[in-house]
Amino acid sequence: MKIHLKIWRQQDAKTKGKLVDYMLDQVDHHMSFLEMMDTLNEQLIVKGEMPVEFDHDCREGICGTCGMMINGQAHGPVPGLTACQLHMREFEDGATIYVEPFRAKAFPVKRDLKVDRSSFDRIIQAGGFITASTGQPAEANTLLITHESAESAFDSAACIGCGACVATCKNSSAALFTSAKISHLAKLPQGEKEAAKRVLKMVSRMDEEGFGHCSNTEACEVECPQGISVLNIARMNWEYTKANLLKD
Amino acid sequence: MELDAKIPAGPLENKWSHYKAQAKLVNPANRKKLPVIVVGTGLAGASAAASLAEQGYPVTSFCFQDSARRAHSVAAQGGVNAAKNYQNDGDSVYRMFYDTLKGGDFRAREANVYRLAECSLNLIDQAVAQGVPFAREYGGYLSNRSFGGVQVSRTFYARGQTGQQLLLGAYQALMRQVSLGKVILYSRHEMLDLVVVEGKAKGIISRNLDTGVIERFAAEAVVVATGGFGKIYYLSTLAMGCNGSAIWRAHKRGALMACPSWTQIHPTSLPQSGDYQSKLTLMSESLRNDGRIWVPKLANEERAANDIPEQERDYYLERRYPSFGNLAPRDISSRAAKERIDAGFGVGAQKNAVYLDFSKAIKEQGKDKIKEKYGNLFSMYKKITADDAYIAPMKISPAAHFSMGGLWVDYELMTTIPGLFAIGEANFADHGANRLGANSLLQACVDGYFILPYTLANYLSGELKKDKITVEHPEFERVEKEVVTQLNELCQIKGTKTADYFHKKLGKLLYDKCGLSRSKTGLTEAIAGIKTLRAEFYKELIVPGSAAEINGELEKAGRIADYLEIAELMCHDALSREESCGAHFREEYQTADGEALRDDKNYCYVSAWEWAGIDAAPVLHPEPLEFEFIKLSVRSYS
Repeated sequence: MKIHLKIWRQQDAKTKGKLVDYMLDQVDHHMSFLEMMDTLNEQLIVKGEMPVEFDHDCREGICGTCGMMINGQAHGPVPGLTACQLHMREFEDGATIYVEPFRAKAFPVKRDLKVDRSSFDRIIQAGGFITASTGQPAEANTLLITHESAESAFDSAACIGCGACVATCKNSSAALFTSAKISHLAKLPQGEKEAAKRVLKMVSRMDEEGFGHCSNTEACEVECPQGISVLNIARMNWEYTKANLLKD
Repeated sequence: MELDAKIPAGPLENKWSHYKAQAKLVNPANRKKLPVIVVGTGLAGASAAASLAEQGYPVTSFCFQDSARRAHSVAAQGGVNAAKNYQNDGDSVYRMFYDTLKGGDFRAREANVYRLAECSLNLIDQAVAQGVPFAREYGGYLSNRSFGGVQVSRTFYARGQTGQQLLLGAYQALMRQVSLGKVILYSRHEMLDLVVVEGKAKGIISRNLDTGVIERFAAEAVVVATGGFGKIYYLSTLAMGCNGSAIWRAHKRGALMACPSWTQIHPTSLPQSGDYQSKLTLMSESLRNDGRIWVPKLANEERAANDIPEQERDYYLERRYPSFGNLAPRDISSRAAKERIDAGFGVGAQKNAVYLDFSKAIKEQGKDKIKEKYGNLFSMYKKITADDAYIAPMKISPAAHFSMGGLWVDYELMTTIPGLFAIGEANFADHGANRLGANSLLQACVDGYFILPYTLANYLSGELKKDKITVEHPEFERVEKEVVTQLNELCQIKGTKTADYFHKKLGKLLYDKCGLSRSKTGLTEAIAGIKTLRAEFYKELIVPGSAAEINGELEKAGRIADYLEIAELMCHDALSREESCGAHFREEYQTADGEALRDDKNYCYVSAWEWAGIDAAPVLHPEPLEFEFIKLSVRSYS
């Protein structure tokens, strides 16, 4: 396959970036998208140019490291996939592909397609945990959790923290990410105790980090590689209102 | 050097409680005077850092990833073992101990393995309290499944994402400590060397991967929890960034490496499809609960799987190992697959795979039930291959997966450098020559949550009254200079071949000669080949840009420089062990049926290796394995 790439190149957060054209003419359609990027980088390095920096690690869709806008869509055109699981068979021979970083005020560009997502860690630090120090817990089967509750908590907990939801949202909102953690923990009896405190702190940290308000377009769910549901956002809003109403 | 494993005396079941009762403690008020460095934020590193911080030690934690949550523990799929005996099927701590020891082909310490099984009970309690959404029965009790090499159901799981969920539990515990100011976390920082002062580990040198800045960090103890180095084979189930650099650099500063060649080659990964390929995706072993493995009885079979009638299929695991069948342990299953593939019965475009077939399970249990158990694995399979495993069997193949070998540690998880601890996959300890499925998450967690917090205190109590070493110490300056020199050297070679070029060549060489099977001739050739490749690397490597900026190629080059040395030690290790055990299969030592032939008379020891310099042969220090409580037997699964 022949592929025409238009890739965002940017030296660092302060420098202005631009789209640069690259041509690849021996792309195998079995290649993953990132393997195609590896091939490009090999060619650039040997020519003495700087390779395109992009984030990636596990290359099996679970670590949440990779993330880029491919033809304007987070992780590319196929629903339910991360960029590392996308394969070149999804593109036509001769296609032009635009590759850009996840863009959001709270995700400053480090270089090229690499962005700083440490704001997500800080949202979790604000309260995305259960206070259970090592050694304290009681025997696991003393706490019964129905099959349905465990499965539903898992559905929320499956978020990989890639940031596709933020990059997709026209307000750059982190509502889906934040709400997934709030819901995961609130749905379980272990997490209920701190639910009110958690939601207030996490939502307030989300705002402080510069993420926008939920735009209610539900685009985040569509682009989420893990299929995290927007019902989590509804849950977060409910938990938030409840916590505020019952406060003191 | 005499190796002392420091195994506590007394009956097996009392050793750990006896140790805990006797270990020295540090008064809560004094803990804040004893800073600890933890490198790595996977299950071992995150659980250790969080648990130590909860106790009051100031912890500095490092990971090369952009977030602690992305460490490769996240990718473990199938589950975590614990001897809870919730299924009333005859499980016990002793049974789990025995299964693990036997699974490792009797090449691990009894006391360590028993402790692993004993601490497994608490781990499930801990994880549930953190909110890990394990699978549940309808009434609300925890559910279990079965894994290879055992005859009970002791594996706890969260769909096919158990590693992710356990890691998020540990990560969230770590984030809680960060928010309390008890842990300072440096993400995008890579440990590039260990600083040893007066024989004790006192700090590290790191590189900030976003700025290139080299920094010094001092502490009273250093814990490496940097995982395994299976990525040395290039094609593996590991993440692209997984590496052996932290443990290797510690090795070069004096920590012995144990059994580095013992690599688990996982039987159920997706096969390689082309030269451009960067990784092999794992399909969880849990699939073997319901999937049946087979190849056609006819060599070079051209028909599609579903067109091959039942009587023309060879279910070779069921045939060779009837009592364990498709759940035979990993080393045995991988070797059996290789045997069939090499004999010309492989399937797929490259004839490098075997079938994993769910048709019987779907017929018996229904598609919905199979979907509930393995839905995410089936959809992952479809995403990568574009094939539907509900309709036709999966094609799977062996791939490098887990390092049983690593830094030698004693019962306290301390290396041969006082103050340097190694936990999780980074050490050699509990799995012997082959790890059982669902024991790696367990070991990482148990080391970090339940063992290290006791053994580290025992060491630190002795450091309280000593003079504090700061980063101004000349040794920090000396080591930092060495690090900077190496980085600049790599940038200045200015050859024509990329780091990946060397990595791919090394990986192929190692997989062929020091992979699923090894021989004296092959290993001798490999050592010569590695030396040649290493010389070429330092002449022909190209790293664009400089060390003072974001530079992914420089990161790779540093890791490959280390792999080129680790690989040689692996071959020496495999060469010196003239027996077959677990994952270490020497072609010269096998039974008439092609099974591993162990030599307990001459090789019942752990091979611990000392670095003697780049041009010298490594020095072997055997640690004899003494079996007081069990009798060594032939490891049979037939």
